[in-house]
Amino acid sequence: MSLRERPATAVEPGLHKAGRGPGSAPRQLLSSAVTHLCILIGVLLSLYPFYWLLVMATSTTGEIFSYPPKLLPGDNFGTNFSNLLANVDLLSSLVNTIIVAGASALLVVLLDSLAAFAFAKYDFPGKGPLFLVVMATFLFPANLSLVPSFWLMSELGWVGGLQALIVPGAANAFGIFLLRQFAMSSIPDELIESARIDGAGFFRTWWSIGLPMLRGGLAFLGIFTFITVWNDYVWPLIVLNNPARQTLQTSLASLNTAYSNDIGLIMAGAFVSVLPLIGVFLIGSRHFIANIAAGALKG
Amino acid sequence: MAVPLRAPARPAARERLAVTGPSGTRRRRIRENWAQYVAVSPFYVLFLVFGLFPIACSIALSFTDWDGIGDIEFVGLAQYSYLLQDPRFWNAVTTTMIIWVISTVPMLLLALLMAFLLHQNIRFKGFYRVAFFVPNVTSMVAMAIVFGSVFSDTFGLVNSALTALGADALPWLSTDWGIRVTIAVMVIWRWTGYNAIIYLAGLQAVPTELYDAAKVDGAGFWRMFTSITIPMLRPVILFTVITSTIGGLGLFTEPQILLGDGGGPNEAGMTIVLYQYNQAFTQFDFGYGSAIAWALFLLAAVFAAINWRLLSERDTVRTKRQGAGR
Repeated sequence: MSLRERPATAVEPGLHKAGRGPGSAPRQLLSSAVTHLCILIGVLLSLYPFYWLLVMATSTTGEIFSYPPKLLPGDNFGTNFSNLLANVDLLSSLVNTIIVAGASALLVVLLDSLAAFAFAKYDFPGKGPLFLVVMATFLFPANLSLVPSFWLMSELGWVGGLQALIVPGAANAFGIFLLRQFAMSSIPDELIESARIDGAGFFRTWWSIGLPMLRGGLAFLGIFTFITVWNDYVWPLIVLNNPARQTLQTSLASLNTAYSNDIGLIMAGAFVSVLPLIGVFLIGSRHFIANIAAGALKG
Repeated sequence: MAVPLRAPARPAARERLAVTGPSGTRRRRIRENWAQYVAVSPFYVLFLVFGLFPIACSIALSFTDWDGIGDIEFVGLAQYSYLLQDPRFWNAVTTTMIIWVISTVPMLLLALLMAFLLHQNIRFKGFYRVAFFVPNVTSMVAMAIVFGSVFSDTFGLVNSALTALGADALPWLSTDWGIRVTIAVMVIWRWTGYNAIIYLAGLQAVPTELYDAAKVDGAGFWRMFTSITIPMLRPVILFTVITSTIGGLGLFTEPQILLGDGGGPNEAGMTIVLYQYNQAFTQFDFGYGSAIAWALFLLAAVFAAINWRLLSERDTVRTKRQGAGR
């Protein structure tokens, strides 16, 4: 649907929250119904794949292959799940994923907040060009150079180790940029100045003023990093060459090729790997979404 | 980071700010701010070691023939001349571009529409925003598996629906365009909500007085949309285009899970990153893999330069606007 085709009235109430004519009530009701309908279609498309995942994870493979398709959840999740656990060491993958995502989130929060605090609140020679470099690296896709990075990891002897997933991403441009925006808008210069007069150095000021005042931003960046690293796939796929030491994503992918005739089992695996993350997201969703948008706007 | 550590020749120089030359002042200020340099350094160290250094070293690797274990043989520019004539590489470039276009354009239009709808005074806005955003935080591996079965040629939900409606089932995962559309659908599904949330925040930042003034001047909806909404959203739209470019060039998980390391029938889903992975880590051709990495790096640099230009143009516009406001 193009924007041009939509009736003007469908949009105007939002643009003019105050200026509604008294005679337009029926039209407004109609346009509001159309709006809700469009949004509900969007919500349905957005959430249906999750529902479908639930349906498949609780069905037998035979039911999944059947025509017409069975549209309601079944009662086979227990069997699928125990088949899954019997075939794959999902627990160790889960532990590895939590270690990698947790360590990454912690390091990113610490290192990015240090850099962001310095960029936002202090003036030092070369600050402008240095920040430009941060911005420039932002414009390059991650995983650009798989081969060279893998080569470096093998030179370091890190292939197969979890540190290969944690260390390279321990500080990033996105977080520095985001926290800098937070620090500029939420930490008053007077506080920094009075800390300086009291004799506090940079690191002391960062620890006792910067970190507490950036709490909101740090929580967001921590959750964001945790989710991103949890979902990372291509780099763990390359660097974790030991089948006994995998993350959830790589385990799931190998499950997908190794058990292609047991779709119920695969879907049970997909289901349990998606669930915890949605939980993490829902805990702080409102805050999280507001921050994503704020980061983009200020950028 | 080179921080001069020499002690000042004359400690009294501190007091004589006015007579110290600009370079002396600069050196003093660098010394005074050592802690700030330490604070920003981890990013640069990590970027140099894990970002720039391997890329620089791989240029050497791209002049060789190497399987990752055996002897490294120097072959000069042979990998690059092969690359330029390799139809599979060019197919990967074309595929990446096609998928990028057929996913980004509908995705951003849909996101704009959704943002517009959400911007109205409606109930349950909080729930809608969360519902639109959930796809963005879920594992793409898991969801690519789900989409693979939804679009399956044999038992897929989409084909079942088409058959139920009396249409013919389509070979989604065995034809060129079926594969590209399926991958694009996954990208659209994952990123429309994210972009809609960003557009929504942009819409909320547009002052309502602008619309009121335009209405007084007799402007209709379409006129207001094109003359106020779009220009005011320009920076936000730019941001979403840039992030989509970055994501589009790095596309890997969706095709790899959906079609495997080979990119599917006719390599219709072979993206550049997947081809790089394929050559280096399944064919163990590290020399050629490095050459592809470099080609991708150049391509990304071109896009980054275009994006950078757009960004700085935007800054000029912003400065002008601020200047006019004073």
